[in-house]
Amino acid sequence: MKYSIYAFLTILAFLGLSLMNVNEYIFFAGFVILQFVVLATAWNILGGYAGYVNFGVPAFIAVGAYSAVVLFKSISAPLVVQIIGGGILAGLLGLMVGLLTLKLRGIFFSIATVAVVFILETVVMNWRYVGGATGLQLTRPPDLWGFDTYTRMLFFVMAVLAVCSVSIARYIQDSFLGRGLRAVRDSEEAAECSGVPTLKIKLIACTISGALMGVAGAPMPMYLSYIEPTATFNLNYSISALGMPIIGGTSHWIGPVIGALLLATIQQIVTVTVSNELNVLVVGVLLVLFVVLAPDGILGLIKKWKQSSK
Amino acid sequence: METILEVNNVVKQFGGFTALSGVDVKVHKGERLGLIGPNGSGKTTLINCISGAFTDYEGAIHFNGQDISKLKAHERTKRGIARSFQIPRPFSSMTVMENLLVPFAFVGGKDGPEQQEEAMTILRGMGLADKAFVQSNQLSQVELRKMELARAMAAKPKLLISDEAMAGLSGNEVDEVLDILFGLNKLGITIIMIEHIMQAVMKFSERIICLDAGKIICEGTPETIVKNPEVQRAYLGD
Repeated sequence: MKYSIYAFLTILAFLGLSLMNVNEYIFFAGFVILQFVVLATAWNILGGYAGYVNFGVPAFIAVGAYSAVVLFKSISAPLVVQIIGGGILAGLLGLMVGLLTLKLRGIFFSIATVAVVFILETVVMNWRYVGGATGLQLTRPPDLWGFDTYTRMLFFVMAVLAVCSVSIARYIQDSFLGRGLRAVRDSEEAAECSGVPTLKIKLIACTISGALMGVAGAPMPMYLSYIEPTATFNLNYSISALGMPIIGGTSHWIGPVIGALLLATIQQIVTVTVSNELNVLVVGVLLVLFVVLAPDGILGLIKKWKQSSK
Repeated sequence: METILEVNNVVKQFGGFTALSGVDVKVHKGERLGLIGPNGSGKTTLINCISGAFTDYEGAIHFNGQDISKLKAHERTKRGIARSFQIPRPFSSMTVMENLLVPFAFVGGKDGPEQQEEAMTILRGMGLADKAFVQSNQLSQVELRKMELARAMAAKPKLLISDEAMAGLSGNEVDEVLDILFGLNKLGITIIMIEHIMQAVMKFSERIICLDAGKIICEGTPETIVKNPEVQRAYLGD
């Protein structure tokens, strides 16, 4: 109940912010930061809770984004329908990828997810309806839902999606599913022998995780007014989506939120002040530092600090 | 005597290597069965076939009269087969209590206050009550062994398979674990014990099966097994 109130107040705060007379760039950058909150949270459901490292993040984002494009281009679907459609299709991709790969463990699963990115990228590159390799320019519809600009509206939409994603991750963590996924991460064989239907819960996690990544990708074409496969299928998304939970801490739903807010904000600052190319370097350096010095992330550091101050 | 588990002509191969070749085992309800054999004789493979860790074997396994050969491990656990592991496999990110709540949640379908109280009762029986809220990766070897048995008990088994639960323990600790297993058997739970500590197996088992090179070489009471020349040959050589 308390959490629901906080979640509602957070959405209200974002609504208030998007209606305020402040610099437009805040919403432009804020959209990206909130998108990474969704992606990191989604990745953590399978990667953090169950320990299955998914490198195929761009494939799920792309399915969300290209589903939105197809829906918009074919039936002029409104944004909400684009997001729902993108989420459903990316969820189905998650289910299919899960069915094909979740019997694999460790590095084999991760490699299989990378393959999905390349396969889908090749398909999109040769699909002329969505622009093929050269991409597709999109004209934003005039509907602004009472916001001053389309970017502000997208910022608010992404804020709602971020709150919803975090709420889903929190619910999973506290549920049977979360307990089962943690058991899978610690020892899959022991989990199975403790009655946990390991394949089933991994499939559920993979589907939910994929759907949320698709949801994060769906508003992207409208945000950029453009879509092209090289940027959409960029593997940097995978690095960021796994780096953020690792830096924040994978054991709790708040970890990816902290990691995403911290890292994506730094990335935005670096983009504006230094160069766009340095983004990946920032993630890489922080990732190495955390893996070596604080493998349990910021949450682990806080826990240690609390224990030592007792 | 009523049969709880029946293993019929089970053959398990790993590539070209035959780990089990036509093994037949019958276990009676409430029995304490010892499973012995030298390293590589197929004991753990047999246990993995029974518990469902392996399902790609030939032959059939019946539990409580029902064919469970194609069932996955979690489905067999729900039917009443639980096990501990040769190398302890705690859910190390969880406390001891949370470890027990996993089977309560997935086998019993509930993990509320009632189940926590039940888990506490099991832990008391194992002498682990004071460790209930300790992270399981902080436990000593003997505590880990006991926690594995406690977690198996949380699945409310009819058949408990103890896979070398006493390996690496001191004499006193072996006795502690033995007492626990005797206690569980008194509750009506059938127990299969795999063990290399012969004194423990002899003391615990009503009947012993000896495996060698994937085959049962003899079966009988502890007294007959000790004197059996095949067993002596398997352990000591010709």
